[in-house]
Amino acid sequence: MDTAYLIETVIKVVVILLVFSALAGIGTYFERKILAFMQRRLGPMNVGPYGLLQVAADGVKLFTKEDIIPTNVVAPIFKIAPVITAATAFIASAAIPFLPQFTIFGYTVHPIVADVNIGILYILGVMAVGLFGPLLGGMASANKFALLSAARAAAVFISYEVVSGLSALAPIMMVGSLSLIDFNNYQAGGIGNWIVWSQPVAFILFWIAAFAETGRTPFHLIANDHEIIDGFGTEYSGMRWGLFFIGEYANMFFISFVIPILFLGGFGDGSVLGAFALLGKMAFFFFFFLWTRAAWPDVRPDQLMWLCWKVLMPLAVINVVITGLVMMY
Amino acid sequence: MKMEQFNNRNVSENGYYLVDIEDYPTDGWGKFKRVVKRTFRGELFVGLWVVMREMVKFDVHTIQYPQEKMPIGPRYRAMHEMKRLWESDAERCIGCGLCEKICISDCIRMDTKIDENSRKEVSSYTINLGRCIFCGYCAEVCPELAITHGGEYENGSEQREHFIMYEDMLTPIDVMKAGAQVEFEGFGAITPHEDARVKKTPLAY
Ligand code: SF4
Ligand code: SF4
Repeated sequence: MDTAYLIETVIKVVVILLVFSALAGIGTYFERKILAFMQRRLGPMNVGPYGLLQVAADGVKLFTKEDIIPTNVVAPIFKIAPVITAATAFIASAAIPFLPQFTIFGYTVHPIVADVNIGILYILGVMAVGLFGPLLGGMASANKFALLSAARAAAVFISYEVVSGLSALAPIMMVGSLSLIDFNNYQAGGIGNWIVWSQPVAFILFWIAAFAETGRTPFHLIANDHEIIDGFGTEYSGMRWGLFFIGEYANMFFISFVIPILFLGGFGDGSVLGAFALLGKMAFFFFFFLWTRAAWPDVRPDQLMWLCWKVLMPLAVINVVITGLVMMY
Repeated sequence: MKMEQFNNRNVSENGYYLVDIEDYPTDGWGKFKRVVKRTFRGELFVGLWVVMREMVKFDVHTIQYPQEKMPIGPRYRAMHEMKRLWESDAERCIGCGLCEKICISDCIRMDTKIDENSRKEVSSYTINLGRCIFCGYCAEVCPELAITHGGEYENGSEQREHFIMYEDMLTPIDVMKAGAQVEFEGFGAITPHEDARVKKTPLAY
């Protein structure tokens, strides 16, 4: 392991941390604006031009608020839980190739922190660990709504994880590798080579599971404001609550990268156009998260479990079996 | 107006009908069919389409309040105003004290004295807007149409007591001179063309 490699990795880590922390903030701005437009409102308008500095105002507010640790909570777990959510979101991003490799000053940069050969498994696994944040935070909170939320987190956790794993299995069988770079190269031949054409069911299932993974609206039951206040976040204040927030939004961005790379060709042949195409696809999936939030109602926890175990999981298994049969003959 | 449509209680013949709701499936096959039907009916996409349509139309209804305000009706009962006579620009209030008496939240306090012309004059008059419930009784009882409600509703205060003085409520004399005093159009106000409708008091009872 030479020094250049170390420096490069550290720089990449710092860049990803900075870019996606900032994006998480800007993501909230987009979310407010898009939701507002869909509901015939204007959204934030007063802080800065068109409310653009609202993100900064929120940041200042979160950073300067008192960090309250309530009396009856299990303090060490309560304190560490938000860090789990935020940290695992960023740790998972290590195996995501954000852009095709490019050359700068005669030095070839791979915009992926670690091209591990178990990429997709690693990402799904670490993202799943992220659910320990709501789970532990909710259980440590000494608050009945937080406790309910933790119970729901556990239920969601065991439900979607099966679906996302099994639905990703069929494309993995076709590519024969777990590395996202290999996935990308497999589909590099153009739109006709995209896995979504041969695995439409897996694509839909993975997409649905992504909603459960990030806890976005149709499956927003872990922190459903109108039922259980803010769920696991009820007792949190200041930057600890902000870390949950950053984790959720960073997760949304990362999963919006993973879906196109898995199914929609990624960055294609690695040209500049392909890089922009990946960013465009990512933007679409992120927008879709906001879009559904404006359009769709939430499901109950039992409905989510019903959906995952009785509908999506059998479909995913059938899909895997059929893929296997087709590949054999 | 005919009352029949309100008195007719025969619901069934009035175009009412029971909504046609299918029975819930009881057996597994029926439930399965219902799930499949709901899955492929595409109702989720209808929702997506509706919000997307509204976003593209960009038909925003927000009123950015401190900069923009809704027009409010002339009958809106906000902060009180004291009017002047159109003929002489003199104050209309004759100090009769009826408004003080009727005010159900006891928030009007007034004092009167006899001025040099032997006329009753208001020497002090305050309304505690912190207690006023804007019921409009004072405006309604006033025999001179002197106290009325205006349209100024931004009367936030840092204290519970929030007094408004006679001088603040009175139409400024320059506004009066410019003929710009706005009459209250709500309950108790003079109806338009009142002069033409005045009749002599019939004395032949
Ligand atoms: S509006 Fe009602 S409560 Fe207010 S001052 Fe007049 S009579 Fe009293
Ligand atoms: S405002 Fe009207 S009711 Fe009140 S004292 Fe004056 S004339 Fe009488």
